[in-house]
Amino acid sequence: MSERVAVRKTYKLFIGGKFPRSESGRSYIVQDSNVSLASRKDARDAVVAARAAVKGWAGAIAYNRGQILYRVAEMLEGRREQFVALDVPGAEVDAAVDRWVWYAGWSDKLSQVYGGANPVAGPYFNLSAPEPTGVVAVVAPEAPALLGLVSVIAPAIVGGNTVVVAASPAAPLAAVTLAEVLATSDLPGGVVNILTGRLPETVPALAAHMDVNAIDLTGVTDAELAAELEVKAAENLKRVLRPVAADHDWSADPGLGRMTALLETKTVWHPKGV
Amino acid sequence: MFEYAPAPESRSVVDIKPSYGLFIDGAFVDPADGGSFKSVNPASEEVLAEIAEGGSQDVDRAVRAARKAYEKVWGRMPGRDRAKYLFRIARLIQERSRELAVLESLDNGKPIKESRDVDIPLVAAHFFYYAGWADKLGHAGFGPDPKPLGVAAQVIPWNFPLLMLAWKIAPALAAGNTVVLKPAETTPLTALLFAEICQQADLPAGVVNIVTGAGETGRTLVEHPGVDKVAFTGSTDVGRAIARAVAGSRKKLTLELGGKAANIVFDDAPVDQAVEGIVNGIFFNQGHVCCAGSRLLVQESVADQVLESLKRRMAQLRVGDPLDKNTDIGAINSAAQLARIRELTEAGAAEGAQRWSPPCELPERGFWFAPTIFTGVTQAHRIAREEIFGPVLSVLTFRTPAEAVEKANNTPYGLSAGIWTEKGSRILWMADRLRAGVVWANTFNKFDPTSPFGGYKESGYGREGGRHGLEAYLNV
Repeated sequence: MSERVAVRKTYKLFIGGKFPRSESGRSYIVQDSNVSLASRKDARDAVVAARAAVKGWAGAIAYNRGQILYRVAEMLEGRREQFVALDVPGAEVDAAVDRWVWYAGWSDKLSQVYGGANPVAGPYFNLSAPEPTGVVAVVAPEAPALLGLVSVIAPAIVGGNTVVVAASPAAPLAAVTLAEVLATSDLPGGVVNILTGRLPETVPALAAHMDVNAIDLTGVTDAELAAELEVKAAENLKRVLRPVAADHDWSADPGLGRMTALLETKTVWHPKGV
Repeated sequence: MFEYAPAPESRSVVDIKPSYGLFIDGAFVDPADGGSFKSVNPASEEVLAEIAEGGSQDVDRAVRAARKAYEKVWGRMPGRDRAKYLFRIARLIQERSRELAVLESLDNGKPIKESRDVDIPLVAAHFFYYAGWADKLGHAGFGPDPKPLGVAAQVIPWNFPLLMLAWKIAPALAAGNTVVLKPAETTPLTALLFAEICQQADLPAGVVNIVTGAGETGRTLVEHPGVDKVAFTGSTDVGRAIARAVAGSRKKLTLELGGKAANIVFDDAPVDQAVEGIVNGIFFNQGHVCCAGSRLLVQESVADQVLESLKRRMAQLRVGDPLDKNTDIGAINSAAQLARIRELTEAGAAEGAQRWSPPCELPERGFWFAPTIFTGVTQAHRIAREEIFGPVLSVLTFRTPAEAVEKANNTPYGLSAGIWTEKGSRILWMADRLRAGVVWANTFNKFDPTSPFGGYKESGYGREGGRHGLEAYLNV
């Protein structure tokens, strides 16, 4: 009996819940697979998809968002071996699953922990609550391939933002495989969009994009590029998360910072009276 | 209009010196390059004092003094002691409130009833509020032992001179930072009196440094490599320039910038209350308010009625001497700002909107602008898009709540918004959808030290006030 010929996977972009090739028709080879080389146009398309998803995702009830993030954890757990086959250590996959679970639980607690009633000096009801800032561009860390990626996506979306992620150019296969997890987790299309390719090509377009509200530069290792991106981001006053140190410990407790940096605080006043 | 006899507040309660130096390392000093400028009373164009202009050497000296005070004294002082200094300052502001209010009205042009009843009481309250945080930072939700950032560079505007100083300095000091603050060029006097209050409170030298000057002094300060934190309140254009200037540095940045707030009046709103809210929203502080309700969105079915009441009310506003206790609208802060207001209102008329002001006699000297409304404004008009920062209201109409939301959010700004309706569920539905940091429902222009303030989108980032306001000054 002859050996079965394997069916190989095509690694494509993830935009608006679909898996298109780059509009440029280009690809590059990583781990013996062809991976889409996203263009600036792909980046802009991804922003359009992310913007279109904001209303539904930001407007979803927190309980619903939490369940969907938990569903991502369930799906990732079931696809553990796929990541191991891409050289992601099993322990890292486990940590990534746990991180989704941890963030899932935050969806309906953020407003309580980060917002609240303010005792103003007058007869007024006054309440502050966090809201998503909108569309967030995220530069994923170079490594760890899966845990790093999950650790920047989950905190951005749990509060109701949608994201356009520039995946680590060195580890795009894990990113596209995570996209397949997301696509089967009831996450609405466009909430997470993933671009593979070269950072200097896609990220400046995202940093300069006037319909992007925030940019997370975590994975930018070139200090000069990071400064240049921050300058571009100033044009519409994007919220900026600066790059993390090369020795950042991704297994440590993430804290609230990544979530709250991408939230706005809205304060509502109303007089009290009869 | 009723005739009132003049009821001026006495200006003898405040003693203005002929000239002021820079406040660096606990003492008033001459600037290294000897430059100076004049601060003028905008209601009379009278020169109030000669003010030192800080150059790069002065900024450097101030940053070094702040660094030394941070490392040697303030950064290592127990929170309970920092708290006591801040409580002392709060008390001194209360004790000297009359003096501060008169000085603020003289230098800024705002009516004494506002500086006396709003600005200065809020300043004291702000210091009192943050004083209490200094020894409770571990309970603020930023971890058990959050650390200060170091030296904060703070640049503030001229519309609420001492209040903006309080918003900047109180949380910075409570968190354990030291500061170099640059007041606005046209309104430095209350900041300099505040420096005297710091001396009176025996605040350790170098914890607060005040470097007066214009834009160049501010630019030098925020670009100084020795600062760890930059906080700015002012125009969106300058905010953008500062964001570019700190790019790639370690400096933490918070920005409180411009606004073009929608004040939305529904057909079920009590008209008299709404009109008071509209007037307060746009004519408070001559409209020199970043969160001013400068776009009135009124539901079409009640537009005529609301406008008629509004015009009747506007005819009662008293424009004139800021020190007169009956004055509702004082002087425009500067000739430059008056020119800006004129330019935009002329554009409004040229673009086809209808302009109306009540009959209103303006003083001959000084900088004045009559309260003005424009009707027939479209969303494309400059007066509906650009921040005028003056007593000028653009009136638009809408039919449905969804249309009101669309129009309200159709701006790059997102600082504040107002909603007037008797229906609670509609307030909450609207509040959810308005992209603005502060939403006032059936009220407007309310401020409190416990209440976070700050914008969405191009109105900036970070919050001032409340627990949230500490975050800007902690290493979290």
